[in-house]
This record gives sequence, C-alpha cells and structure tokens, in this order.
Amino acid sequence: MNAISLRNVDIAYGDTRVVEDLSLDVAEGECFGLVGESGSGKSTVLRAVTGLAPDWTGEISLFGQPRGKAIDRKFAALCQMVFQDPYGSLHPRQTVDAALSEPLAIHGLGGADTRVPEMMAACGLDPRFRFRLPHQLSGGQRQRVAIARALMLKPKILLLDEPTSALDVSVQAEILNLLKRLRREQKLTYILVTHDLPVVSFLCDRLAVMRQGRVVEVAPVEALRHNAMTHPYARELVEKSANRVSA
Amino acid sequence: MTAPLLEVANLRVRFPTPTGTVEVVRGVSFTLGRERLGIVGESGSGKSLTGRSILRLIRKPGEVTADRLRFEGIDLLSASEWQMRGIRGARISMVMQDPKFSLNPVMTVGEQIGEALAVHEHLPRRQIRSRVLEMLEAVQIRDPQRVFGLYPHELSGGMGQRVMIAMMLIPEPSILIADEPTSALDVSVQGEVLRLMNDLITRKGMGLIFISHDLHLVSQFCDRILVMYRGRIVEECAAGELDRATHPYTRGLIASVPRMDETRAELPVLDRSQWEQA
Ligand SMILES: Nc1ncnc2c1ncn2[C@@H]1O[C@H](COP(=O)(O)OP(=O)(O)OP(=O)(O)O)[C@@H](O)[C@H]1O
Ligand SMILES: Nc1ncnc2c1ncn2[C@@H]1O[C@H](COP(=O)(O)OP(=O)(O)OP(=O)(O)O)[C@@H](O)[C@H]1O
Ligand SMILES: [Mg+2]
Ligand SMILES: [Mg+2]
Repeated sequence: MNAISLRNVDIAYGDTRVVEDLSLDVAEGECFGLVGESGSGKSTVLRAVTGLAPDWTGEISLFGQPRGKAIDRKFAALCQMVFQDPYGSLHPRQTVDAALSEPLAIHGLGGADTRVPEMMAACGLDPRFRFRLPHQLSGGQRQRVAIARALMLKPKILLLDEPTSALDVSVQAEILNLLKRLRREQKLTYILVTHDLPVVSFLCDRLAVMRQGRVVEVAPVEALRHNAMTHPYARELVEKSANRVSA
Repeated sequence: MTAPLLEVANLRVRFPTPTGTVEVVRGVSFTLGRERLGIVGESGSGKSLTGRSILRLIRKPGEVTADRLRFEGIDLLSASEWQMRGIRGARISMVMQDPKFSLNPVMTVGEQIGEALAVHEHLPRRQIRSRVLEMLEAVQIRDPQRVFGLYPHELSGGMGQRVMIAMMLIPEPSILIADEPTSALDVSVQGEVLRLMNDLITRKGMGLIFISHDLHLVSQFCDRILVMYRGRIVEECAAGELDRATHPYTRGLIASVPRMDETRAELPVLDRSQWEQA
C-alpha cells in the first residue's frame, strides 16, 4: 500500500500558486528524496501533507485515507514533520523537556519520564540540555531536539525538511544512521527534503527533482549514483554536486 | 605585510548554569586578513558564539573576555555601544544561522534591504528600490518584484538566507561573518551567491569568515580553514590541504561525509572518547 499519495495537487498562498499539478506515490517503508531549486515548493509540499498549507486542490491521502485541509489529530499521530527552521518549530519559552513531553501529553500518553531521556540519547543530545531553552542551544542541537520531538509519538510517516543541514558531518552521520535504523526496525516511511545529494544517495530509494513548482523528474536513486538522470535541470544539479565532491 | 583586518587572541565565552559556569569558547585565537577564512567543526563547538562575540552580540548573562579583539585599530571590547552601532552592519556584518528569525518579522524584505543600503549611501527612494531589486536578482531570487513585498515568514528557507546575504552585502562591509549562509541553497544558486561574495573580496578587499559544515565547499571556496572542537581550535590548515589534516577529529569528520555513489550501509561515526581526555 502507498503510505503517501498525492494526485494532481496544486498549492497556493493567497493569489500565488507555488506548486502545480504534483503527483507522487511513496510506498510504505520507502524513503523518498525531494530535491531541487531553492524556492521551488519542496517545503510547501510537506506542509500540505501535514495540514499546514491549507490552500490546496487535488487529492492527498495517507495509507489510503484522504486527508482534509485542516490539522487533524488522527493524522498527527500517524505523520510528523521536522521543520527546516528548528527555531521556528520550537517554542522559545519551552525547555527541551517540555517540548519532548508535550506531544505525549496532548495524545494522552504517559511515560514521559523515561521516554524523554531515551529519545534525547538516541538523537545524541547530552542529558544536561534537558532543561535548557532553545536559545541556549547551538543550531545543530536545536535541530536534534526537533527530530526527537517528531519521533516521540512513534509516527508511521516522517516528513523531514533539511533535517541535517545544521549538523556537522559526524553528527549528521549519527542522525542518518538513526533514521536508517528506525526505518528498518519500525518500517517508517520518509519524505526527505535536502540539497545534499549524497545524503539522498545514502538514505533514499527514489527521488524527485523540483523546479518552479513542478516535479521535473522522478528516478531511482541509482540514477543519481551513476549520473543517469535525464532532465537537463536534474543533470545540472547532479553534475554540479559531483564536481564539488571530486575536486 | 599589511596589518590584519581583525585580530582575536584568547577569546573566551562563559555562561552561568545551575551547576556552575560553563566555558563554551575556550581560548580562541586567529587573525583575519583580506581572505576567506573557513571555520568548520563539531555542532556546539562555539563557532556561532565566536562570530557573535566579534560583534559583541552575546546576551547577558553570557560573558566575553579576550586578550585582544581588534578591528582596524579599534578595540572592540572597550568600544562604546554607540561605536559598536556604527560598526555593526556597516563595517562588520553577519549572516546569522537562522536568517528567517534574525530578520525583522514586521518589515518587508524590500524595506529591510533598503534600510541596510541607506546606512551606506544616501540615495533617493526610487533609486533605493531599484538597487534593492538588483541585489535580489543578484542573489538569484526569481520574481524580485513579488519578493520585495514579502515578509520574512513568507520566504522559503533558502530565500531567507539569500535575503539576509543581500542585506549584509549591500553596505559593502570590511568583514562579513557568514554563519552557515548557504546550507539551504541548491548547488546552482549556491555557486552564484558565492561568486557574489567573492566579488566583494577581490574588488573591495573584504575579509570573510565562513562558518560551514560543508567540508567540500569550505575546502574549495576558502583560503584557510580552522577546525573547532569543544570551544577550541584543534587544527588549522590551508583549504586545499584539508584531506591531509592530522587531528583525529578532523580525520573523523572527513570519513563521515556521504558520497554521491554511496553504498555503505552505515556511515562511520566518531569515537570522541579517544582524544577527549587530552
Ligand atoms: N506563507 C507564505 N506566504 C506566501 N508565500 C509563501 C509562503 N510560504 C512560502 N511561500 C512561497 O512559496 C514558494 C515556495 O516556498 P517553499 O518554502 O516551499 O520552497 P522550498 O522549495 O522549500 O525552498 P528552499 O529550498 O529554499 O527551502 C516561495 O516562492 C515562497 O516565497
Ligand atoms: N545562552 C546560553 N547558555 C548556555 N549555553 C549556551 C548558550 N548559548 C549557547 N550555549 C552553548 O554554547 C555552545 C556553543 O554554541 P554555538 O552556537 O557557538 O555552537 P556552534 O559551533 O555554532 O554549533 P552549530 O554548528 O550546532 O551551530 C553550545 O554547546 C551551546 O549549547
Ligand atoms: Mg524549504
Ligand atoms: Mg552555530
């Protein structure tokens, strides 16, 4: 079954349509990479799937169930998002402890006392950070809090928007390994937005390349590894990334 | 040799915590000339705080000390707040790591960049507008007319970075501190934005401190690299020689970078305990 399915989706902010006629299927347990031009609508697609960009037409369904336009608690437990700007998704007056316990409380679940430290450890966060506020953490530490928070409800689908771009490569490696392990153990489904094509190569099965609100190519990740993408813009991205890495 | 633009000696940043004072920048020293200096290193190692200290942007109860913090002959530690206001933005500017939250939320993109330009040059309104639009185009914003009127929360992540870069470059500062300035940009746009920074370096002799996690980018774009770990500089090397770095932390970093033709089932992670006792 498809975990995520989008059919002919258009998304707008006011009068500006930013995503046009987008169709995508992501199978259960699959990791799907979404890459492309800055400003092309990648974050907007994730926001529509989570219910945060309500102005869309077309069809969006999760595990075969069509979703409505608003935020829906049933979907929240199923599908969580890690935002591109961790600052924006964490409440400035909420400690790490509160940010991680809150999803459990909202859904009437207990066990915060043990689950919060466990999750912090899994995401490489020092226990000393538990009662700190977001501004008392570095950029990468905040990003790990955002990832930990999204995992608290054990969702089936994780939408990851540049989850490791603020992390040094060694911490990135730990998070990527964690995401890979969770996916294997819990059959999680991911959509991963990133500008880092080697990260897609490590974690994803397929990828879509977006430009100006449209998907220009969908390909298996092997096409990325062997420079076999076909659309000129997709080829440009792959070649420019490859040049940087090899030089 | 000409005097460096910036001299930093034994910079320290401390914060009081319930369990005592923690020192998070622990004796950082370097000089910056008219060059591109890259800073890489562990998340939480003090890179952003080092940048912010130079501009005296560490909020209380944080505490900054240094044996020396000089910019073009000015002692930044003893400069008055009034003097600092004349330096920030105009002569030393900083692209923050969270640009969308560092921009003014109630001012449009166009107004903010226009204001930054007005600090540098007195121009009639119409000319300001056209210079701002030019700058938005230079940072590869599609549809600059629309983006001119947007508020920060209406920008994509990468657009926010580019707006902040436009705003910091438009007054043509002597030093630009760029904290992860291009992490949300695709490689094509990133290339153009770096070209724009480079242009100010070669044309105006600007000095650049470029903080980044992207080792490939830093080794290609910068002249010199500092590697930070736990509040200290653990290694310094010429950018082209990063692959010959010797500190175990730096070696570990290089090994963790995924490759385009990645087939490893797991990425190597660091065993930090090896060198931490030292
Ligand atoms: N709240 C909003 N109001 C108006 N326009 C918006 C809003 N949020 C996003 N946009 C516009 O939608 C377009 C797509 O933005 P989006 O954030 O989806 O891009 P992206 O592909 O994630 O880019 P990046 O890689 O830079 O993060 C941009 O032109 C942006 O200005
Ligand atoms: N207000 C504060 N109170 C206590 N500790 C703080 C405060 N601000 C920052 N720190 C700590 O100082 C250390 C250095 O922070 P800094 O933001 O400079 O890291 P960084 O090297 O920029 O990391 P990143 O790459 O993740 O952005 C971090 O461990 C952080 O938790
Ligand atoms: Mg985005
Ligand atoms: Mg930082």
